[in-house]
Amino acid sequence: MTAPGATDAADRQPVISLRGVTRVYGEGEAAVHALRGIDLDIAPGEFVAIMGPSGSGKSTAMNIIGALDTPTAGTYHFSGADVGGFDRHQRSILRRDYLGFVFQGFNLLARTSALDNVELPLIYKGVSRAERRALAKAMLERVGLGRRLDKEPSKLSGGEQQRVAIARAIASEPAVLLADEPTGNLDTARSQEIMELIARLNREEGLTVIMVTHEPDMAEYAGRIVHFKDGLIERDGMNGNPRAPAPETADVH
Amino acid sequence: MFTETVRQAFQAIIRNAMRSFLTILGVIIGVAAVITMVTIGQGSTDQIESDVSKLGTNLLIVRPGAGMGPRSSGRSAPRFTLKDVEAIKEQIPGVIAATPANTSSMTVIYGNENHQATITGVDNDFLIARDWNVALGREFYESELRAGTATCILGETVRKDLFGAGDPVGETIRMEQISCRVIGVLEAKGASSFGQDQDDTVLIPIRTFLRRIAGNQDISSMYVAVEPGYSTEKVQSAIELLLRERRRISSGEEDNFSVMDTKEITSMLTGITAVMTGLLSAVAAVSLLVGGIGIMNIMLVSVTERTREIGIRLAIGATETQVLMQFLVEAVVLSLLGGLIGILLGLGFGYIGSIYMKIPFAPDWTTTFLAFAFSAFIGIVFGYFPARRAARLDPIEALRHE
Ligand SMILES: Nc1ncnc2c1ncn2[C@@H]1O[C@H](COP(=O)(O)OP(=O)(O)OP(=O)(O)O)[C@@H](O)[C@H]1O
Ligand SMILES: [Mg+2]
Repeated sequence: MTAPGATDAADRQPVISLRGVTRVYGEGEAAVHALRGIDLDIAPGEFVAIMGPSGSGKSTAMNIIGALDTPTAGTYHFSGADVGGFDRHQRSILRRDYLGFVFQGFNLLARTSALDNVELPLIYKGVSRAERRALAKAMLERVGLGRRLDKEPSKLSGGEQQRVAIARAIASEPAVLLADEPTGNLDTARSQEIMELIARLNREEGLTVIMVTHEPDMAEYAGRIVHFKDGLIERDGMNGNPRAPAPETADVH
Repeated sequence: MFTETVRQAFQAIIRNAMRSFLTILGVIIGVAAVITMVTIGQGSTDQIESDVSKLGTNLLIVRPGAGMGPRSSGRSAPRFTLKDVEAIKEQIPGVIAATPANTSSMTVIYGNENHQATITGVDNDFLIARDWNVALGREFYESELRAGTATCILGETVRKDLFGAGDPVGETIRMEQISCRVIGVLEAKGASSFGQDQDDTVLIPIRTFLRRIAGNQDISSMYVAVEPGYSTEKVQSAIELLLRERRRISSGEEDNFSVMDTKEITSMLTGITAVMTGLLSAVAAVSLLVGGIGIMNIMLVSVTERTREIGIRLAIGATETQVLMQFLVEAVVLSLLGGLIGILLGLGFGYIGSIYMKIPFAPDWTTTFLAFAFSAFIGIVFGYFPARRAARLDPIEALRHE
C-alpha cells in the first residue's frame, strides 16, 4: 500500500462500489427508508468524509459498506466482488482481512489490555502468538501509545482509547478504514489528534478511509466530501485543498 | 488458535470467579456425590470380601428360605430342628462340625454395668466352625449343652464393657430374665463388615436359648464346617439332598432353604452393596444433569450480558465458528473445572467416609475418569445452545446493545 496522495477515481477500479442501494427498516406503514437508492464509488487510497443531518442514512451506509448489514435492494461490489452473494462466513472474512472499523464509542473490550485488544483481530486471522505481539506493539507505537500497552480501556482517556481502536483497526492491514464519527465523543484538541493520525495513515500508507463526521473541521482533512440527505446523496465533491497533517510526532501523553 | 480460545475462556471465567463457581456448583455436587458413592461402595465390597474370606473357605451356612436378600422367602419358610443339625453331623461324610446358631439382641447386666449384645445359641461345634478359641475359662460341657443350663461364654467386647480389667469367669450376669454363669471368654476377633463387632456377643447353649429366649424349638440357621481335603461343593449338595428329604420337598419343588459357601455369601452381600451404590449413583447422576442445566442457564445469561462484546468480535472479523467455539470452550472448561473439583471433593469424602466406616479406601479410577469425561460431555451438550445463540447474533444489533 504505497500508492498515495491525489486520487484519480476514474482510471482505477473502485475498491467500493454501491449501485442503487436502498435499505428499508420494518414493513408497511411503519417502514423507514434509511437509504433510498445510493450510487457511490470509492477508489483505493481515497479519503472520503460523509456528512449530513442526523437520520440521513450515514451509519446505515457505513454498515452496508462494512458488510455488517445487507442492502434491501441494489448491489455492493468490493474490489469487484459481489458482496451481495457472500454468506455470513465470507462477510466475516471480508471484515477480518479487508476492513477496519473505528466507532464513535471506541468499542474496545473491557478489562482487556490495549495490547490484547489490538491482538484480537490477529487472533481471528490465525497469526502466531509471537508475530501477533510484535505487530500489535508496532501498531500501538504507530498511534503513539507505545508506553500504554498494558493499560485497560478504563485506565485510558477517550483520545487514547480511540487510538487503541485505530491500532486495532489497522493491525490486520486492511484495505479500507471505516470510521463512524470517530471524534464524536472527543474534545476539540483530542479530535484534532485523531484526525491527524487518520490523515497520516491515508497519506503515508495509502489506506483508503471512509469517515462519517458532523464537523466541517474534521471533514477538511478528507480529499472528497459526500453529503447525505434523507437517504440520498445530495452532493459529492472533491476538496481541492485538503488539510495536511502535521509531520509525525513522538508519543503523545 | 485453540490454545488462544482456551486461554480466553479461562480469562472470562476468572473475571467472574464467584459466578463461575456458583455456575458449576451443580456439577461439583453431582460429581462429588458419584465419586463418594462409588468409593465407599467399593470399599464396603472389599471389606465384605476380606471379612468373609476370614470365615474360612470350608464354611457353609444353612438358612431357611431360598437365598437371602430382597426376594428371599426366609421369613415364611419352615425353620430347622435340632434333629436336622444332628443328621447333618452324623450322616454326611466330610462334615467336621455342625452347629445351630440362633441369635437375639439383648441387654446384658452385671452389677451397675449394662450392655447391648447379640446372644447366640450354639453348641461347641460353633467354635470349630468359626475357628474361634476360648481365651479364658472353658467351652460348654456336654452335660450343660444337653440340659440347657444357664451358662455362657462372653465375647471380648462384652467382657471389657461389663468387667473392665476384672476376671469374669465364675461371675453371674443377667440377660433379661435369665441369670447366667460365665464359664469362659472368647479370643478377640475384631470388626466385621459394616463395622459390626463380632466380639460383641454372648454364647449360650442352644437348648437354653430355645427354652428360655425363643420359647420354641426352631433353629434359625446352622454353620457347617467341611473337613479339609473334602470338596465343599459335594458336602453342600449332600446337605441339600438330606434337607430336601427331611423337609419332604417333592422333586418338582424348589428348595425352601439355602446352603451357601463363603463365595456365595460374598456375592450376596456385595450384591446388596452394588444395588445401593447403583441407586445412589443414579440419584447423583440426575444432580449432574441438573448441574448441566445450571451451566446452560448461566451461559445464556452470559451471552446476553456480553452481547456487545460479541458484536465487537464479529465486527472485527470473528467468524461464526470462532464465536461458537469461544463460548463452547468456556462452557466445557467450566464444567471440567466443576468435574475436577467434584472429583477431589468426592475422593476426600470417600476417604473420610472410609475412615468413619472402618472400611478400606478404594477409589475407582474408571469411575473417576468417566466422571471427568461426563462433565466434559455435559459442558458440550449444555454449552452448545448458548454458544450457537452467541454465534448467530446479528453484528449490528449486538453492537447497538447496551
Ligand atoms: N435498526 C433500525 N431499525 C429501524 N430504523 C432504523 C434502524 N437503524 C436506523 N434506522 C433509521 O434509519 C434512518 C437512518 O439512520 P442512520 O443511523 O443511518 O442515520 P445517521 O445518518 O447515521 O444519523 P446520525 O447522524 O444521527 O448518526 C433513521 O431514521 C433511523 O431512525
Ligand atoms: Mg450515525
